[in-house]
Amino acid sequence: MKNLYLPRSLEELWRVLEREPKAALYAGGTDLLVRMRAGMCSPPALVCLERIGELKGLREEGDGLRIGAAETHANLLRSPLVRERLPILASALGTLGSPLIRNMGTLGGNVCTASPAGDTLPPLIAAGAVLELGTPGGRRNVPLRDFITGPGETDLRPREVLLSVRVPGTGAFNVQHFEKVGLRNALACCVVSMAALLAVAGEGVVEKAVLAWGSVGPTVVTCPEAEAVLVGERLSGERLRRAAALVRERVSPIDDLRASAAYRREVAGNLLFRLLDVPPRQPGFPAVSR
Amino acid sequence: MIAFVLNGKAVEVNVPAAKKVVDLLRLDLGLTGTKEGCGMGECGACTILVDGEPRLSCLLLAGQLEGRTVTTVEGLSPGEDLHPVQRAFVEEGAVQCGFCTPGMVLSAVSLLRENPNPNRREIREGMSGHLCRCTGYVKIVDAVEAAARKKGEGDPS
Repeated sequence: MKNLYLPRSLEELWRVLEREPKAALYAGGTDLLVRMRAGMCSPPALVCLERIGELKGLREEGDGLRIGAAETHANLLRSPLVRERLPILASALGTLGSPLIRNMGTLGGNVCTASPAGDTLPPLIAAGAVLELGTPGGRRNVPLRDFITGPGETDLRPREVLLSVRVPGTGAFNVQHFEKVGLRNALACCVVSMAALLAVAGEGVVEKAVLAWGSVGPTVVTCPEAEAVLVGERLSGERLRRAAALVRERVSPIDDLRASAAYRREVAGNLLFRLLDVPPRQPGFPAVSR
Repeated sequence: MIAFVLNGKAVEVNVPAAKKVVDLLRLDLGLTGTKEGCGMGECGACTILVDGEPRLSCLLLAGQLEGRTVTTVEGLSPGEDLHPVQRAFVEEGAVQCGFCTPGMVLSAVSLLRENPNPNRREIREGMSGHLCRCTGYVKIVDAVEAAARKKGEGDPS
């Protein structure tokens, strides 16, 4: 049977990777161990990151948060800091897997698995998350947007490890909406999801809009043209119809056993109309909706 | 050797660290209350408590138990007495084939520890990682509700 290593610090992790450069890393096991069981991969050794203190923890950084890569979804969902500063991420975490999966799976795992259906990816990309990646030799910061290069493909280099996810606060956006369309509520792999951050002025004019969709392309899809259609105008059915048409052109969904490409394309646009139902929140009352 | 506390007793096991915990429990330790359903984290039948939190033993490897405290359904209640949550499952008729029951019971115990007074929506949410192919879930939610009510009336669990 394979060797399993449980390093307790980054120092120990680097030593393990020196000896086992081809080892597969995991923290919650909710993706890797499933893939191994299905025969989709067979790494020569395993390294479990769950005991590395440096990969845990959540702390304020400016108006945002620095989230240790091995923090579980359940811990983040319980955290008042996440709810207060990144309500859109909290909404997405609430739809991820099931309470059991959330007890095991980690934010870093969701990022590095890089599934087109990864539930935390649209809100993290909308919020402008930056990844802190480390090797024994040094560290580099890469925007999440650039890190994921395809379905299950990332810019992670050999012996490099995701240390933390740094997310700017989303306090400037008084409309925050995340919605996931799945075949059931729990344990549903995403069919289409959308994360929307809007800054809406007192008179209802959209001052800033950031939109991101999951499961409608090889990676998270953004659509600056649709954002531009919304900015400088009051939210209206007419504006959203124009934005939805642009989004439907931009996405490149596939047919799979959960839904057809045509359905995904239609729904990716339709989700925008939910924004008419989300009232802008007053300062100090973070908007949470899904 | 992997050392951990299992159902209140310190144990040391000599198995490969990459062995799945569900196999360790069932095949090496003879604790067959923990079931393996899908083996992919989607059915909840293999749920155990690790340091009090529900975990899927099909997605845990034996080495990860080092130093932890593990509770399986066999360890919920000492002796022949049932744990109040188990009793509620029996009394409410929440068990049909019984395959999902050990996992359901362990998640319910954890849910009631975190939220002693859940409403039915919170119970459904708390139990949403478990699949039952017999009951349609109504009686399972009834059982968790009944266990919460009894706990509120002073049942010590």
